[in-house]
Formats: sequence, structure tokens, C-alpha cells
Amino acid sequence: MNKTYEILTAGFGGQGVLFGAKLLAEIGLLDGKEVTWFPAYGPAMRGGTCNCSVVISDSPIGSPVVSHPNLLLAMNGPSYDKFIGIVASGGKAFVDSTLADTSASSAKPADGVQVFNIPATKLALDNDIVGMANIIMLGKLIKETGFASAETVEKAMKLVTEGKEHLYDLNMKALKIGAEY
Amino acid sequence: MNKVLMKGNEACAEAAIRAGCKSYFGYPITPQNEITAYMSKALPKIDGGVFVQAESEIGAIHMVYGCAGSGVRCMTSSSSPGISLKSEGISYLAGADLPCVIVNVQRGGPGLGTIQPSQADYFQATKAIGHGDLKIPTLAPNSVQEMVDMTVKAFEIAEKYRTPVIILADGLLGQMMEPVSFGEIENNAAQYPYGAYGHGNKRERNIINSLYLDPLKLEEKINERFERYAKIAETEAAAEYDKDATIVVAAYGSTARVARSAVDKARAEGINAGLFRPQTLWPFPVKQLKEATGNAKAVLVSEMSMGQMVDDVKMALEFKLPVEFYGRQGGFVPNPDEILKKIKEISNN
Repeated sequence: MNKTYEILTAGFGGQGVLFGAKLLAEIGLLDGKEVTWFPAYGPAMRGGTCNCSVVISDSPIGSPVVSHPNLLLAMNGPSYDKFIGIVASGGKAFVDSTLADTSASSAKPADGVQVFNIPATKLALDNDIVGMANIIMLGKLIKETGFASAETVEKAMKLVTEGKEHLYDLNMKALKIGAEY
Repeated sequence: MNKVLMKGNEACAEAAIRAGCKSYFGYPITPQNEITAYMSKALPKIDGGVFVQAESEIGAIHMVYGCAGSGVRCMTSSSSPGISLKSEGISYLAGADLPCVIVNVQRGGPGLGTIQPSQADYFQATKAIGHGDLKIPTLAPNSVQEMVDMTVKAFEIAEKYRTPVIILADGLLGQMMEPVSFGEIENNAAQYPYGAYGHGNKRERNIINSLYLDPLKLEEKINERFERYAKIAETEAAAEYDKDATIVVAAYGSTARVARSAVDKARAEGINAGLFRPQTLWPFPVKQLKEATGNAKAVLVSEMSMGQMVDDVKMALEFKLPVEFYGRQGGFVPNPDEILKKIKEISNN
């Protein structure tokens, strides 16, 4: 990594929006970067929409609140509608196309924003890893951005699944499915 | 030193424990719950650790009063409405010259307001935290690392000057995760010699009291306390700042981080802006602000409030410089572009 990543992850509460963001933050930390992780906390998290800002940078981070992400992870339709318009030009958006129909949305990305549709929820269901659509999405994101080395990703996954070791293999499987989609 | 990713709230609790605070009394309120939760898990595992979830904030602060009165290092934490409830106990702690650390992870008010971040308790912390002639040293962290460093510092100041100390954080700092290092935190907790604890009649009894019906005695007590306050003002005021800026942005806590981004953007556009970030709000870093504004034509104060630090800035500058304000309320964190716009307006005037 040699740039500042301003990442916004968004979806329904329960989709692992915060967990996915934490994995990205741990990767940044392991790569020796400055990192911030800030969740939109509040009652909205109970089944409503939820989002989390992650900034990863070589230099000290000013605002931890991301207002123009260069990476967006949209896990459902409302999140796509709400945030696609603020993605910075040159940025990338990763959308769970099982739950968001980008072609039907009235919200449009700015010029120069690349949108990746991944049917992550369906892929999770087909592969018997329900609830890991977030990690499938991250698998694709990591592959498309060259975000970090496979080794760093493995280490970070070990850290975030500490105490729940049985989830490590399943999460790694999810990353692989995303990367290969 | 290894860094770990932690929330500001958790890091504050861990730092307190490492500094030797084994007693915590609290009552849940968002956005500071992770402090209480962390303490509830960690303290029972420590020899002599005491965690009590009190029946209310008022109960919790008076447990702190009792604990500190018995000579034991202790703390409590809450968020804005809860701090209002603690105000009576804080005044008693100050009146009895007892050390303790009080963390306020601010949310929006007045009333129940919002659970989102705010800095609208500046006046409360620095001017009117309780009834009576009193001041409470108030530390203002702006990162998870400073949540750690200032927690350690808060105990140090509290015990050195026998006073409660407030850490004035906000919801953003409490909820945010950042890499943090605990370094070598010294556990130097020792029972206060002035505490009211059992001694087998081997010394004069210690009395913990804030009631002085004899006017002479109360006046003497208050004057003695204000000598300590003068010493705190002289030695503990702290700030981080750029020098030689033409436009100085004054901001503390989370807003100071946003302001940092705005100032850096302004500089990249050729505007000679600088940041002044108080790390103590009382005592207000007057000398430091004067130094930071030696070359300034204007100051912009930015806060998540209607502008509660503005008066302190104006007074510190003896009303010699124009002081503008930009703030957000209601739980909004300003974004760098908003502050940058205001810097440009001032620059063009």
C-alpha cells in the first residue's frame, strides 16, 4: 500500500459491516500504517443501515470520518443509494448485487468511479457460509485494489478471529470465493 | 513497542488499570459504555479489584467519594447527562480535596440530546462543574493514544494536587479504534496518607469533610486550595501548536483532528494557516496561545458546540485579535472542507 485509503463500509446491521472494516484496519496496522476505524454508532445499528469509516495512511490521520471514500463497500440497496454519489473520482465501489440493483438505482456514481457487482449474499448461500457475504466482498476488494499481501491478510484474519478460531478457515474460504469471482 | 487496535473507551480503561486504578464505579450511558464494560470484565480478575455498577450516576460518584476518602485510587466515567448528575459529588470531592479521575465522553445536549459526539460540555467542565469556588483540571485528548496517555497523566495530577481531574473526550474518541501503545505505564498507586482508613489508633485520625461552619476556616481552606490551583495553572497548562501562522485555527479533541486536515489543505493552497490545540482546557494554555498567535491576523475557533471555547480564546488574547467561530451541533462532526471554507473566507478578508 502506498496511498491513503478512505474506506466506507455500509449495509444492514448484522451483515458484518463493522467486522469487515475491522479486518481492513488490522491489515493496515500490520502494514505499519496509520489507521482509524470509526463506526456510525447508534440505534440505526439494530436492523437499520449501518456504516463504518476506515482510513489507512502513511501520514498521521486528521479526520477519521470519511466524507469522500475512494473505496466503498455497499452491502445493500439503501447503502448504495446513499453513498455511491460521494465516492471520489478514481475510486472503486464494491456492491453486493444480491441485495442491491445498481442499474435500477437513481443514484449514480461520479465519472471515473469503477463499480464492481458481486452477488455476495448468493455466493455465501451457495457455498454454505451464510453471513459471510461481507468477507466475500472483501476478497474481491483486496484482489482488485492490491490492498495487501496474502500473508498480511492471513495474519490480520488470525487477529480478528482470535478466540473464535473455528471461524478462521471459513473466513479464509470466503475471501477466496470473493477473490475468484 | 507493539501496537494494538482498540477503541478509545477500552484504551482509557486499560490505561487506568495499568496505572494501578483497581476501583471503578459507574453507571451505563452511551457513548462511554465500553469503559464500564471493560472494567466489569477486567477488575474482578485483579487482586483487590473493585467494580460496582451503581444504581445511578449519583450513586457512582459518591462511591468514588467514599473510595478516594479511604485513600484508594479510583475513577468513574459517564457521558454528558450523567456528568450533570455527578456534579454534586464532584463538588464534594473538590471540597474534601480528594483525588479521582472522571471521564466525560461527551454526547450532544441539552437534556438527553443525542448519543452522537459533541463538545458542548466545555463550559460545564471548565467553569461550572459543581457549586462553590472550585476548579477541576480538564484534559482534552484527541486520539486513542492520548486517551491512554492522559488517563495516566490525570491520576498523576489528581494525586499531586489532591483534586478531581476530568478527561473531556467525546463520542468520536470513545468509539473510534486506532493503533495504540501502552508503553511502560508505571503502577505507582499507593494509599493516600490522608485517607480515612483503619490505623489501630497509631496516629491522629484523618477526617474527610467539606463542611466548615467557621467562616475563617472555610476561607482559609479555599485560599489554600486556590494556591494549588495557581500552581496547576502555572505548571500543567499544555498545548500543541504551529508557529508563525497568519490564521490560527483553535480546536481541541476530535475537532482538532478535523481542523488539522483543514489547515493542511489550506497550506497546500498557499494560505499560511496553523493549528492551536489545547491539551488542557482548564488551565487554559494562555502563554502557548499567545506564542502561537504572535504572527496572526485572526483566530478561528472550531468546536462541536455553539462556541464555548471562544471566550477563553478571546480572554487569553486580551481581545487584541479578531476571533471567528465555526461549529457543528446536534451530533455532527464538522468535515475538513467546511473548516477550510471558513479559513478561506478569513484569508480573503
